[in-house]
Amino acid sequence: MEETKVLTQRIRPDRSAVWIDDYMDLGGYEALKTTLADYGPAEVGPLIKEAGLRGRGGAGFPTGVKWSFMPRFEDRPDERPAHVYLVVNADEMEPGTFKDRLIMEGDPHQLIEGMIIAAYAIGADTAYVFLRGEYTECRRRLQQAIDEAHAKGFLGENILDSGFSLNLHLHMSAGRYICGEESALLSALEGRRAVPRHKPPFPAASGLFGQPTTVNNVETICNVPHIVKNGADWYKSLGLNKDGGTKLFGASGHVAKPGLAEFPLGVKLGDVLEHFGGIRHGRKLKGLLPGGGSTPFLTPEHLDTPMDYDGVGAAGSRLGTATMVVFDDQTPIVGVLKNLEHFYAQESCGWCTPCRDGLPWVEKMLINLEAGKGQPGDLELLDLHVKLLGPGKTFCAHAPGAMGPLEAGLKYYRDELAALIPDDASNLSRTEAANANPL
Amino acid sequence: MIELSEAEIEGIKHEMSLYEDPGAATIEALKIVQEHRGWVSDEAMAAAAQVVGVTPTQMEAVATFYNLIFRQPVGRHVIMLCDSISCYLTGYEEVRDHLKSTLGIDFGQTTADGRFTLLPICCLGDCDMGPSMRVGEVYHNRLTPERVDEILAEYK
Ligand SMILES: Cc1cc2nc3c(=O)[nH]c(=O)nc-3n(C[C@H](O)[C@H](O)[C@H](O)COP(=O)(O)O)c2cc1C
Ligand code: SF4
Ligand code: FES
Repeated sequence: MEETKVLTQRIRPDRSAVWIDDYMDLGGYEALKTTLADYGPAEVGPLIKEAGLRGRGGAGFPTGVKWSFMPRFEDRPDERPAHVYLVVNADEMEPGTFKDRLIMEGDPHQLIEGMIIAAYAIGADTAYVFLRGEYTECRRRLQQAIDEAHAKGFLGENILDSGFSLNLHLHMSAGRYICGEESALLSALEGRRAVPRHKPPFPAASGLFGQPTTVNNVETICNVPHIVKNGADWYKSLGLNKDGGTKLFGASGHVAKPGLAEFPLGVKLGDVLEHFGGIRHGRKLKGLLPGGGSTPFLTPEHLDTPMDYDGVGAAGSRLGTATMVVFDDQTPIVGVLKNLEHFYAQESCGWCTPCRDGLPWVEKMLINLEAGKGQPGDLELLDLHVKLLGPGKTFCAHAPGAMGPLEAGLKYYRDELAALIPDDASNLSRTEAANANPL
Repeated sequence: MIELSEAEIEGIKHEMSLYEDPGAATIEALKIVQEHRGWVSDEAMAAAAQVVGVTPTQMEAVATFYNLIFRQPVGRHVIMLCDSISCYLTGYEEVRDHLKSTLGIDFGQTTADGRFTLLPICCLGDCDMGPSMRVGEVYHNRLTPERVDEILAEYK
């Protein structure tokens, strides 16, 4: 299947960066000029809303709607707080996810142009890129691109004589997956432990340093210039179903040709897999995580699933970051689950007890199962953890994210997991314990 | 108490100027100290806290949370081996065992000659080319035991 290249149209095969002259030769910064010349700040958000752009960071929240939560101060300048912030989430630590790195390294100006337009739209005067600490090559390229944009008058004071000013800074994280959770990210940016915050208040009301703040994913923001340039209808028409636009799809694990590609939202899962060469070594698909480590497995029965937010949702999973992790029919499911739950146990921020204590427990049970030391009742105990660490039971979405693949694993591969438990029906204590639990 | 160098202090002050609340430079201050000294000792941490204007306890709360801040001396080259799912599926365990036995150390340890420190890291964003690791700031991918031997030889 042919790719539809919007966000990746300028990315070079050798992945060298597109610097500002080439970027502008290829139509870059035209959307920024259009925005500043033809749109009032409050007019950009509705365009993005109309285009149907949904957040590409995992949760899929409509971007235009998120922006509309930002307070507007055009009519009441005296009430304007000292700062209004745009923060780009470039933390990218979800296992299996590598999309933001490639677009930032390959086309850094696309992100910067998107950020300037987004900041204008939400009335921000200061923007940060919260960049994963390990992405040092990304840092070098983004910093060079920021300097270039400054030199051309696209950043700083009074951009292109429009009266709009923006400071843009790079912030390097010091590592921890939880920094990607938007409220934890704000804690990290404030120089504290990356512990999530209670919502409400939402960041639009009280975000970074207590000021109005919008947090958006890298890929989300990279869509913005294209929407401004080509219009909402064009953007909507790219998607094959309800969701507008294209999406970066990745494939890693047991596919023949792992990598990144761009397709319209709604492309069939089977077609995406085929693009990446299908399963390597002539083997068969056993399952896949459609969008990173926290998305429940899909199986061969789901190959016709349209890869958009509703389609993957209807198949019992989430589109997530759409960077899928694929495994073949010779892969023991217990190892896959053990690896995923190790990650989540390790990366718990430790703030709330179910997550801090429950995840290591889950990991330990999976290690024992793999080693043939499981006990009757283990699967029921794992079921119980799926409930106790599920949505609404913990302070943030980290633990429920960890339970997504576990729940699907227990559903689709239950027999395989049960077969790992030595046959000792006399030892029912754990089953009894699980059954006796009122939850 | 030790004194930070001119360059360290300047670096930290620059970071402080980028935020509404200078205390936000806490994490960056630790990283600057680490860049200059290789790791962050208690004394260096206290000195950095003073520059930023936070208490040493606040500084320590942060220093112990983030995994790229080293609170112990590390070797000349820090190896971070991805242990997440895509690398796991493409041969992580073999590479890990080979690294451990070749270097004669476990995760969290440094070779006796001070050359390498071995650390696990979660997904490096290099999943399509796994198994993957970083040595210092350089990514190395599509690892096999043989590739690992070649790579280690590059680092003196
Ligand atoms: C534990 C956890 C980790 C997350 N990590 C990331 C991340 O690395 N990058 C990202 O863009 N969003 C991440 N998210 C989602 C963010 O909280 C947030 O929804 C997103 O950045 C919003 O941007 P969007 O609306 O443009 O998608 C994470 C969420 C959770 C719960
Ligand atoms: S669910 Fe986990 S990561 Fe989220 S606040 Fe609780 S302990 Fe922290
Ligand atoms: S899983 Fe190893 S780099 Fe992503």
